[in-house]
Amino acid sequence: MKVLVCMSVVPDTTTKITFTNNDTSFNAQGVQFIMNPYDELALTKALDIAEPAGGTVTILHVGPADAEPVIRKALSMGATDAVRINAVPSDSQFVAAQIAAYAKDKGFDFILTGRESIDYNGGAVCGLLGAMLNIPSISVITQLSVSGQTATIKRDIDGGRETVSCSLPFVASAQKELCEPRIPNMRGIMAARTKPLQVTDPASGTTHVNYVRFELPQPKQGVKMISADNPEELLHLLRNEAKVI
Amino acid sequence: MSVIVFAETRDQQYKKSTLEAVSYGKEVALKTGGKVIAVSIGGASDAASLGTYGADEVLTLHGTEFTTFSPEVYAAGFAEVCKTHGGKTIIISNTYSGKSIAGRVAVLLQAALATNVVDYPDTTSGFRVKRGVFSGKAFAYVEMQSDIKVIAVTPNSVEIKTYGASGSVSAHQPAGLPASATRIEDTQTISGKIPLTEAEVVVSAGRGLKGPENWNMVEELAAVLGAATACSKPVSDMHWRPHSEHVGQTGITIKPNLYIAIGISGAIQHLAGVSSSKVIVVINKDAEAPFFKAADYGIVGDVFDVLPKLIQAAKASAAS
Repeated sequence: MKVLVCMSVVPDTTTKITFTNNDTSFNAQGVQFIMNPYDELALTKALDIAEPAGGTVTILHVGPADAEPVIRKALSMGATDAVRINAVPSDSQFVAAQIAAYAKDKGFDFILTGRESIDYNGGAVCGLLGAMLNIPSISVITQLSVSGQTATIKRDIDGGRETVSCSLPFVASAQKELCEPRIPNMRGIMAARTKPLQVTDPASGTTHVNYVRFELPQPKQGVKMISADNPEELLHLLRNEAKVI
Repeated sequence: MSVIVFAETRDQQYKKSTLEAVSYGKEVALKTGGKVIAVSIGGASDAASLGTYGADEVLTLHGTEFTTFSPEVYAAGFAEVCKTHGGKTIIISNTYSGKSIAGRVAVLLQAALATNVVDYPDTTSGFRVKRGVFSGKAFAYVEMQSDIKVIAVTPNSVEIKTYGASGSVSAHQPAGLPASATRIEDTQTISGKIPLTEAEVVVSAGRGLKGPENWNMVEELAAVLGAATACSKPVSDMHWRPHSEHVGQTGITIKPNLYIAIGISGAIQHLAGVSSSKVIVVINKDAEAPFFKAADYGIVGDVFDVLPKLIQAAKASAAS
């Protein structure tokens, strides 16, 4: 069994987001970067399935060399090997094209991604990859098991949840609840140092969207406090001032 | 040249987010010219009504291939219609099902893709959209550089406008669709509840509720206000509530008209998921809770004291 897990590297969840160069780029100064939390789940699930079957899990990252400590963390969690495609991940379509170009002749049984990256929140790579590789794409999954050539999957749908079965190969994106993220142990950390991390040049790929400018949300005007003994006042304000109920 | 809207249905009825998507499509067509064509998979009991919201034509797609939702089949059928009708701007709701086809449609049409879009495009020079990034902590303006554009619009981002026209409805059976490799075994819908991402009012609670057994108060307030229920990350991590209710940076990002946070202190990760809400009410016993800084209205008090009073007042006011 061969599994591919796509990983992005994102600012830690506690990061206060700021921008530089006239709000045209993200200010990475002093920011700690981590493995995208949903990708951590994708990797853990891939390992849980591949390890008992004697399979391999390859971790793939599209981005510059600064990501390598995080790639090593993925290897220490148990990934067999890693590939870094050395390119700036300009938009989700470019990234998906890189992954597709790498994966197309490798015979992976399935590919997992996170539901979305917590920085650019595109949530698009799973569907893009599915179409580029002409395989089914199943987004936002909370359960996955593989038996022979068939996978059984639970996915979140609008207002509910669905169980689907799917033949291999396929691509799916991990949602919370899929599993608890695996924490690397000392043996894994030692082993990760010598595991293969291959760096390759990007394939051709088009960037379709260009990030022009960033903006922070408008701060609130200040909070209006209401006495705990007067919930009628709150309802009155919500109805007549804010007009939201 | 036309604007084509993917019109999602639920139980053969258009969803509120679909009406928003059609209104969005109309707004684009007013700027770029061209017709607005709304396409729904399967029939809808109110197909002609989309004309009211700006659709010039409504196409319903039929075929046994569409019986169950499969992103590859739905995307192929929809993309085919976009091609035959000269679709230049394609509007899809940024829902789970919308997003699961958006990427595939973009590939099939060799289009630029922007998901999580929260406002109308700026077409003064080029085609620029505003999208939510950093899980609600910021916005980005992106220039879409391809001839064809696929835009996934976040629910509750734009107003539904009415135009008083009626659209013509026609049925269509696409040929040559791929067979789906996926099969649906079981569907569980949370019946009688409003999906969190589409709700206009959300009542959310955190650790201040002290335990899952106290959630009946949250449910009760939500029921009176016609709201969806949500929770903070610690609450879903402790399995007091399902993960599907967790709003925040690693949960769901929502933008309701009204978000009521009960017993939630307001960590940066939680604020990320809810800061786009139009109005935020915070109820917390700690006057120093950081959430008050991000709120419009606040009550300092014990939730076990405030909540019953608020429920009673809401019931009285709903009855009057």
